[in-house]
Amino acid sequence: MSSQDIPEENLPAEQDTHGAVGVADEKNPFADPGLPPHEHRIQDVDERAAKRSERSVALLFTVSMLATVGFIASYVAIPADESVYIWPIGHISAMNFALGMTLGIALFTIGAGAVHWARTLMSDLEIADERHPIEAPPEVKTKVMADFKQGAKESALGRRKLIRNTMFGALALFPLSGVILLRDLGPLPGDKLRHTLWSKGKLLVNMNTNEPLRPSDVAVGSLTFAKPEGLEEHDEDFQTEIAKAALLIVRIQPENIKDKQELEWSHEGIVAYSKICTHVGCPISLYEQQTHHVLCPCHQSTFDLSDGARVIFGPAGHALPQLRIGVNDEGYLEALGDFAEPVGPAFWERG
Amino acid sequence: MSTNQTTEARRGKAPAGERVADWADGRLGIYSLAKANMRKIFPDHWSFMLGEVCLYSFIIIILTGVYLTLFFHPSMNEVEYHGSYVPLQGQLMSEAFNSTMHISFDVRGGLLIRQIHHWAALVFLAGMFVHMMRVFFTGAFRKPREVNWLFGFLLFVLGMFTGFTGYSLPDDLLSGTGVRFMEGAILSVPIVGTYLSFFLFGGEFPGGDFVARFYSVHILLLPGIMLGLVVAHLILVFYHKHTQFAGPGKTNNNVVGMPLLPVYMAKAGGFFFLVFGVIAAISAIAQINPIWAIGPYRPDQVSTGAQPDWYMGFSEGLIRVMPGWEINFWGHTLVLGVFIPLVIFPLVLVAIAVYPFIESWVTGDRREHHILDRPRNAPTRTAFGVAWITLYMVLLIGGGNDLWATHFHLSINSITWFVRIAFFVGPVLAFVITKRICLGLQRRDKEKVLHGRESGIIKRLPHGEFIEVHEPLSQDALHTLTAHEQYEPLAIGPTVDENGVERKVKGSERLRAKLSEAYFGEESQIPKPTVEEYKEITSGHGHH
Amino acid sequence: MKKLSARRRHPLAALVVLLLALACTGGLYAAFAPASKAQADETAQSLTIEEGKKLYEVGCATCHGTDGQGSSDGPSLVGVGAAAVDFQVGTGRMPAQQPGAQVPKKKNIYSQAEIDQLAAYIASLGAGPSVPTEAEYGPEGADIAKGGDLFRTNCAECHNFTGEGGALTHGKYAPSLEGVDPKHIYEAMQTGPQNMPSFPDTTLSEQNKKDIIAYLNAVNGDDTVSPGGLNLGGLGPVSEGLFGWVFGLGALIAVAVWVAARTAKAKKS
Repeated sequence: MSSQDIPEENLPAEQDTHGAVGVADEKNPFADPGLPPHEHRIQDVDERAAKRSERSVALLFTVSMLATVGFIASYVAIPADESVYIWPIGHISAMNFALGMTLGIALFTIGAGAVHWARTLMSDLEIADERHPIEAPPEVKTKVMADFKQGAKESALGRRKLIRNTMFGALALFPLSGVILLRDLGPLPGDKLRHTLWSKGKLLVNMNTNEPLRPSDVAVGSLTFAKPEGLEEHDEDFQTEIAKAALLIVRIQPENIKDKQELEWSHEGIVAYSKICTHVGCPISLYEQQTHHVLCPCHQSTFDLSDGARVIFGPAGHALPQLRIGVNDEGYLEALGDFAEPVGPAFWERG
Repeated sequence: MSTNQTTEARRGKAPAGERVADWADGRLGIYSLAKANMRKIFPDHWSFMLGEVCLYSFIIIILTGVYLTLFFHPSMNEVEYHGSYVPLQGQLMSEAFNSTMHISFDVRGGLLIRQIHHWAALVFLAGMFVHMMRVFFTGAFRKPREVNWLFGFLLFVLGMFTGFTGYSLPDDLLSGTGVRFMEGAILSVPIVGTYLSFFLFGGEFPGGDFVARFYSVHILLLPGIMLGLVVAHLILVFYHKHTQFAGPGKTNNNVVGMPLLPVYMAKAGGFFFLVFGVIAAISAIAQINPIWAIGPYRPDQVSTGAQPDWYMGFSEGLIRVMPGWEINFWGHTLVLGVFIPLVIFPLVLVAIAVYPFIESWVTGDRREHHILDRPRNAPTRTAFGVAWITLYMVLLIGGGNDLWATHFHLSINSITWFVRIAFFVGPVLAFVITKRICLGLQRRDKEKVLHGRESGIIKRLPHGEFIEVHEPLSQDALHTLTAHEQYEPLAIGPTVDENGVERKVKGSERLRAKLSEAYFGEESQIPKPTVEEYKEITSGHGHH
Repeated sequence: MKKLSARRRHPLAALVVLLLALACTGGLYAAFAPASKAQADETAQSLTIEEGKKLYEVGCATCHGTDGQGSSDGPSLVGVGAAAVDFQVGTGRMPAQQPGAQVPKKKNIYSQAEIDQLAAYIASLGAGPSVPTEAEYGPEGADIAKGGDLFRTNCAECHNFTGEGGALTHGKYAPSLEGVDPKHIYEAMQTGPQNMPSFPDTTLSEQNKKDIIAYLNAVNGDDTVSPGGLNLGGLGPVSEGLFGWVFGLGALIAVAVWVAARTAKAKKS
């Protein structure tokens, strides 16, 4: 439905006819009285005031020059690592402060000078400029339409359908090459998101000490982060692997564990959960040892570690995956396999 | 000899500047350009300079950004830090982070330029937001400026993404967390999400590619588009000529103000230096994004208070307050808890972007508008705008819920619930309240026109009654207060014509009539005083 | 008395007297002879424990039970160790004033000597971590950068990048670490007060703890330099955004008002 359906009388009358300036009269007290008369500024009538303005502007420009000199001097003279105490900001870099302030002053005073000049010394006579309708006059429109028709006719695009159709086909197809070229931006997902570095027999290595953990190391109420044995910070794929394999280890009195599978997959109350939030993948680690709740610092998804890491608040959609652990012959904690489900944020193929 | 003398004599006629101008005119036609534009009129109002704040901060960002590219290495190769900041020495970090550390500590003035770049970015987006709201509330988006409104809107959205990609470049722990969030959000897209994520990151997150890819997007692709849009935006501003507020001598067919040369040249040119100066001073005083305190990114590390820059804050709010809905079926997972916010995010923005088209459809007004509305005189539009801002603010609160909790001693869970409810209730309340306030202000204007301004002088009449003397308004004020237009609500009209044939009324027509009634019905605007009312009252007082 | 006199003829009476006499002599000897240091310490220790018990009965027993066994109002203190007492009482958290989501830090009302006595008493109830010495939490031999890495792994998720604190569930919070005594930080890591998990030496070694404390002092100490200027609370983008709006855009709008304002007119005469 176009707006042409609306009858003209529904639209309010225009206040003014073209260019006319109403005069206050008995007939219409609300009429436009026209531009108010121009009033002079002090600078326009008093040459001394104008001189004062001139001096202020010149002073501002001079300050700017000095500030630029100051900028260069600071750059040369101040050592890059020197800190200085400036009240009330505190201990800050002397270089940053000096350069920033001198640059700021140099620029600000140029602007202030120019604006002061414009405001006090340039003419402040308000001028009215006419507007012209943007729409072309009808005769121009007619001419353009005729030209276009002529051009279209000469091209014979409408008549020779075969050319038109194949051209559109060609134009529509060629961008596909560009799309195809994007294919090698990355590998296909495959089942990469389903697997982590964990596998049967991998020791749980303490993130802090880089030593494998023993059950006796993990006290009730403590919080430990672990990575799989063999993954070192200098490894090339460390970032990508730790993004999936990071582990959160706590110990809960076995009688306080409500979830049966959790208890089964734990070792004497030591439970190992993925540290990667199932919402959008922040490392989740705000562990409240009394409530056994673990909170994500990014979006506040809250999981209950004593109940299968079930979601009890926030935007996460499912529980944190648990890693089944046990103890090897030498008494170290070890994984009994990979995570049973994909870690981290959910995705379409997760199921 | 003689020819030399004659050419010299000929050259001597015009001063050097003019000769250069002649040269250029012969090739570029600058005189015709200058004729149209040199004395172009710009009206003076502080709110008309908000756009300039954006333009100048954009220029500042480009200037400082070019400087930063001279030192920044967009690479994710892991290196050990051996710069001058002690608490990170020997730590592993990407080259991107390392070079940002180098800029901050070892390049003289590098920290200042980094801070100017980042502060200017925050101001750029804040400026665009306020500028957009100015245009919205004054109705400056109406014909012929709808296209320019869209250009401005696109600039705001592209600015958000340019900002986000820039924020991610140093590969610090805070921005890395933001990128991880983005990866999670992309993974939530049904069917193609996993593929999109693998293509964007060159494999699994974080991989070794995203900094380089974001870099080319941040410094080339998006700013290139934005630069084009900025130029188009400015050309249209020149072409349409600036809008102005109603007032004596100001009509829909003129523009009243100062000429470009010299006043606006000095004011606008000077304002560039003022903006640059203020941002440079702020960068000297206040620290922004101290990546050395944040540390390099590691996917297994995080800090509380992980937020994006403010312009992405409302999306953070959306994602934080969304309940964790997830549907599993036939081996697939629909991650509604992430995907719904991902869909609402653009919708929030689009809601404000399409408003001008909805309004022009409702009013059916096809005329050009160059006189700005006072927000009170368009109550429904103003109420919609305030409702939108309320929604935006509620989501911003949601995005910072952890800091609200710690600084106001509140429970983070209660704040989340508050935001969940306020998301729906807040905008409605804001709409109703704003509309009432607008109508109240309209009534007050009407009173003022009809009865004059309260003078504060109390007079005692002979029979003992006290009255306050009202001074009649000047004609300037009378004109200004009555200059706005008022629409009549659209009526569908008789559905049966004179021949008794029933006319079919389309659903869209009914909707339009309903909306029009909501916009311009009795409940939605106070009829402005008429000349007759005014005359009756003024003569009734016996003063005239 | 009657009973006693009645039994003085008992066959074992002599033995009892002999034992008593021996004990007295031994006791007197122990009292008057130049005592070894260990013995003196032991006595002093038992005296300290005595004093601590008295303080405990006045200040703590209502909630934690007369022998520290705990009650519905307070957990058992058996085995929490001296470090926990030194932290809880030293930071003023204990004695708690009112129930709430979390017991806040407040002005400490005990002297260090009294805290030591209390700590000694609680330590006597069951073995637990002892109060760390300056050598353990002091800056000597600490690796600041390693501490930063450890801090970001173990601490930043609750306490923020530079220890400014953060929110937990239902009104609980991780407090700011600004200006907290290094000893108390060490004790907190060791004992895990309230909802904070503990980081025992078995998982976060003594050296690790020292590193963390040194890092914290480097990035949030009295002499920490924030090179770029005001650190805006160290809270990240939220406070930066607020500052940008209020002072950045605010200042620019003020400037714009000046630029666009009408210049003062000459008064009509």
